[in-house]
Amino acid sequence: MKKIRVLLAKPGLDGHDRGIKVIAAALRDAGMEVIYTGLRQTPEMVVEAAIQEDVDFIGMSILSGAHMTLFPEVLRLLKEKGAGTIHLFGGGIIPDQESVELEKQGVGKLFGPGTTTEEIVTYIRSVAADRKQEPVM
Amino acid sequence: MSGLSHSSKRTLSERVSSALPKTEHRRLDEAHEQWAAQVGSTEELEGRKFITVSSVPIKDMYTPKDVEDIDFLSEVGYPGAPPYTRGVHPAMYRKRLWTMRQFSGMGTPAQTNERYHFLLKEGQMGLSVAFDLPTLMGYDSDHIRSRGEVGVCGVAVDSLKDMEMIFKGIDLGKISTSMTINAPAAIILAFYIVVAEKQGVRPEQLRGTLQNDILKEYIAQKEWIYPPVPSMKLIVDTIEYGTRHMPQWNTISISGYHIREAGATAVQELAYTLADGFAYIEAAMARGLEVDEFAPRLSLFFNSHLDFFEEVAKYRAARKIWARHLKERYGAKDERSLLCRFHTQTAGVSLTAQQPENNIVRVTWQAMAAAMGGTQSLHTNSMDETLALPSEKAALIALRTQQLVAYESGVTNTIDPLAGSYFVEALTMQMEQEAEKIFEEIENRGGVLSAIDQGYFQRELAKSAYTYQKAVEKGERIVVGVNKFVMEGARVEIPVLKIDESVEREQVQSLRQLRQARDNDKVRRTLGDLGAAAERGDNLMPSFIECARVYATLGEMVDVLRGVYGEYEEPPMF
Repeated sequence: MKKIRVLLAKPGLDGHDRGIKVIAAALRDAGMEVIYTGLRQTPEMVVEAAIQEDVDFIGMSILSGAHMTLFPEVLRLLKEKGAGTIHLFGGGIIPDQESVELEKQGVGKLFGPGTTTEEIVTYIRSVAADRKQEPVM
Repeated sequence: MSGLSHSSKRTLSERVSSALPKTEHRRLDEAHEQWAAQVGSTEELEGRKFITVSSVPIKDMYTPKDVEDIDFLSEVGYPGAPPYTRGVHPAMYRKRLWTMRQFSGMGTPAQTNERYHFLLKEGQMGLSVAFDLPTLMGYDSDHIRSRGEVGVCGVAVDSLKDMEMIFKGIDLGKISTSMTINAPAAIILAFYIVVAEKQGVRPEQLRGTLQNDILKEYIAQKEWIYPPVPSMKLIVDTIEYGTRHMPQWNTISISGYHIREAGATAVQELAYTLADGFAYIEAAMARGLEVDEFAPRLSLFFNSHLDFFEEVAKYRAARKIWARHLKERYGAKDERSLLCRFHTQTAGVSLTAQQPENNIVRVTWQAMAAAMGGTQSLHTNSMDETLALPSEKAALIALRTQQLVAYESGVTNTIDPLAGSYFVEALTMQMEQEAEKIFEEIENRGGVLSAIDQGYFQRELAKSAYTYQKAVEKGERIVVGVNKFVMEGARVEIPVLKIDESVEREQVQSLRQLRQARDNDKVRRTLGDLGAAAERGDNLMPSFIECARVYATLGEMVDVLRGVYGEYEEPPMF
């Protein structure tokens, strides 16, 4: 079976990488292919890397408060480059109201402080499983 | 090198026998055995081991036997005297409380100025400036990489104009100011010096602290611009400038706070921080400065995490190690060089988004640990910091928390109140010994800069952080409200501060006006001079001050240096 491929990215200027590294290790231990971009990625760089690495998921971690700018921009670029099927999700310090707003725009689940890595693994697996069942056009 | 070997020429057995007579030993052993027989196994309770937040196993009880090789005068002693375990000042809080210094800054310079006037009115004793991410990374507010980040994590500063506004109505000759900035620290210091100059205050009158600690950025917080070698050069420039012109200014705040937040254990925080400090000392000495010229103005900055006793032991060990290394390794003769004066901030990473009011309680005992550990200044976190920037109410409660600890709890009545506790003394000694082992490891890797190149610190922190998270998920570690005593569906009821998008527009507008109004020929010439000075390897402080005076922006100055020094790239690893 093909492994689930996940690109984990830190967009923006935020350098808080403790969380994303924990997630990276947990996803790897759960048997997924993890590509970690490192810090200070522009939305263009994130989307470019996702397409090149042929990933199924992009997980972005933002603790700087710039989420309302960066998530929509990555989403827009994914569509523009014909990569709209890549599932974008994320985490960080994101107030509930803004999570709802971003999810409305098409971003997947946004995980806040206190989330277990298990929840994230389960989420990714269930999205991946749903997708397999989608009828092939 | 053993943490104990320095302190006494006597052999261990001689010291033991002097501390506890043989008959006393026998009686203790008997009493201990009797007690242990009653207790049985105490390894675990409900699946949880008795370990510190750093996973250090703790015994069920400590007795005089645990401290029998600790000689009081040489290992504990009196405050304000070697080995400084008990405090850097002879009278500590009996003569002067710690400085209550809340880190804040957000939005536009005018909004930050308003918050400062509020905090000063409420009894805060010093200022502590939080800058936004573009400023920390050396980008002006109108740079493409600044979009969405202007004024969000702190205040936006593009030029002297913004710093003038931040300190409007605040006498820089009277207040002490701490500024949390690293890669562009020298430039921000230049702005501060020129703001003071315009108020008629001379550099020698200025009191405060520049964080200016780039090593922990590569290790933990990751707000770097240039590669490590030129970054170290800039730091030595500020140390040299401060030594010559700013006798009351702390040129650097060697920080463990961020290292801890990134995942370190208490002893890793202690050892990495002090190792960074030694690296700065060596760099400044290599510039030709005498250790006693600059070491009295070095300050440190630690985290106060959840494990109360471990934290107190950490502060006590830090003072002891610092004094010993300054004296024995670097030949400091001035007593002031030996003092590990430090700021403390309660652990942001220990706060939870779930049931956020509980954070007030966590912060309270973290503040008590800092006070009982003898901190010189303290920031107490707001309960809402896992959700957003602190609201005014949360910020006020945080300040009140340390006022309560200082004035109501009684912990300031006596100096180093936990000294003599079998447990705390044993833990202090253990911390010291463990830290020495880490210094050795760093030394074997060729020093701090090489260890950074090798990814040593970064890997260790990622490992510790992952281990911690797994322990929480397995329930081996309890986080109230997160994996125990959870309230499903409990909504966050506290109001959170939101930075309006208009902040970015206003700031960009103000910057545009500045670029039109200033003398751009002068700016170009001065920036050219800065570039030439950087090429020559001069101390750049005078050039930054000249640039500040003509309203060159932070981004313009950093760009000149990016051209000369290049930019750092971290190899991603996890």
